[in-house]
Amino acid sequence: MLDKIILAILVSAIAFFSVYITTPFLIKGLEKRNLTVKDYNRVGGAMVPRPGGPSILVGILASEFALYVFFPTAEILAILITTSLAFVVGLIDDRRVLGGWFKPVALAISAIPIILLGTYEPHLSFPLFGTVRIPELYIALVIFMIPVTGNTINSIDVLNGVASGFMTIASFALTISLFIVHNYDIAIASLPLGFVSLAFYKYHKFPSRIFPGDSGALTLGAMYGVLAIVGHVEIIAAVALLPAVINSFLFLSSVKRIIEHRQIKSNPVTHTDDFKLMATTDKDAPVTLVRLILAGGPMTEKQVGTVIFRLAIFSAILAIVTAFMMGVKI
Amino acid sequence: MKGTQIFLFVFVMWVLIIVGGGLLISIIAPLTINGHGKLDSLFDSAVKALIAMILVVAWIFTLSKIKNWIFHKQIKN
Repeated sequence: MLDKIILAILVSAIAFFSVYITTPFLIKGLEKRNLTVKDYNRVGGAMVPRPGGPSILVGILASEFALYVFFPTAEILAILITTSLAFVVGLIDDRRVLGGWFKPVALAISAIPIILLGTYEPHLSFPLFGTVRIPELYIALVIFMIPVTGNTINSIDVLNGVASGFMTIASFALTISLFIVHNYDIAIASLPLGFVSLAFYKYHKFPSRIFPGDSGALTLGAMYGVLAIVGHVEIIAAVALLPAVINSFLFLSSVKRIIEHRQIKSNPVTHTDDFKLMATTDKDAPVTLVRLILAGGPMTEKQVGTVIFRLAIFSAILAIVTAFMMGVKI
Repeated sequence: MKGTQIFLFVFVMWVLIIVGGGLLISIIAPLTINGHGKLDSLFDSAVKALIAMILVVAWIFTLSKIKNWIFHKQIKN
């Protein structure tokens, strides 16, 4: 047990410090190459470097490889390969404007290593009611899950610090849940996701010094999806992600098709004269989580972020309650 | 607290997930289809998948109605 505790501390430290140290260099490099985008929510529209995906991937690879040296399991290999593939998909999307279907299809292909390595168990565990075995359906679920988690995190990356902060809360909830269901090995393998997100949040929080971009958001989301599958905590993972799921649900149910965020013609959020965020009155604009939060009145970007983090904490608590309920049968 | 309705919506979604899981395990999972020889397993999975998809559509429809009910003021805005 002691060796696992030491290993958990080691991989957490590697994950945190590799992102903490490499991100400032990435910021300088991106600024030098003029790879910056306008932050429309900031007074004056500051130019912010993007993407931060490379430093996020460095943190994940360094920590998961270190873990693999001690525990060479197929599950860790699946995490490494699928997360790296999702990063490549995101990086392509960061550099080129591609159609709305590109990301879901490419992310579905990224999920194939999970199947080839056989790192899944074809059953779904539900709280209170037990387990259902779905051999054929589960493969479809694996293919479906990575695009869903990847795009869900990507779709919530709309304000300074939200994607990384939200991911920090959700992934730590997932780690705690994995410990509760006694899946200690995957719990340790999930620690880097929380610490990478936390270290990146330091530079991504308001006012952002870097944006994660599609490469960063898809990397975080895809790793979260792989952990849910290899840890057999799919339902718990979905519960921890509920505010982001709601955001995607509201968006899709108002737009009624899969489109890229760049293709949206009417912005769901506008600005007041003192540059607070305000819900738009444009009926053609999509309904999003931020628009709903702002329906109560204008707020600063930081205040909206705080509401989203409170929702994330609420969902994290529900996820942990769900994990406890896994051991109860009615 | 700002966004109280959203907290309620998250809670309703959580309840729906648990209830949906219960339906899946208690009613759909025990169903078995026989009489097609080697194709039994395939038919069994296909029928269960179809029921699961119908349940998902019903779940989204219910969620959509609850969303409109909870956020009716905001949606109108």
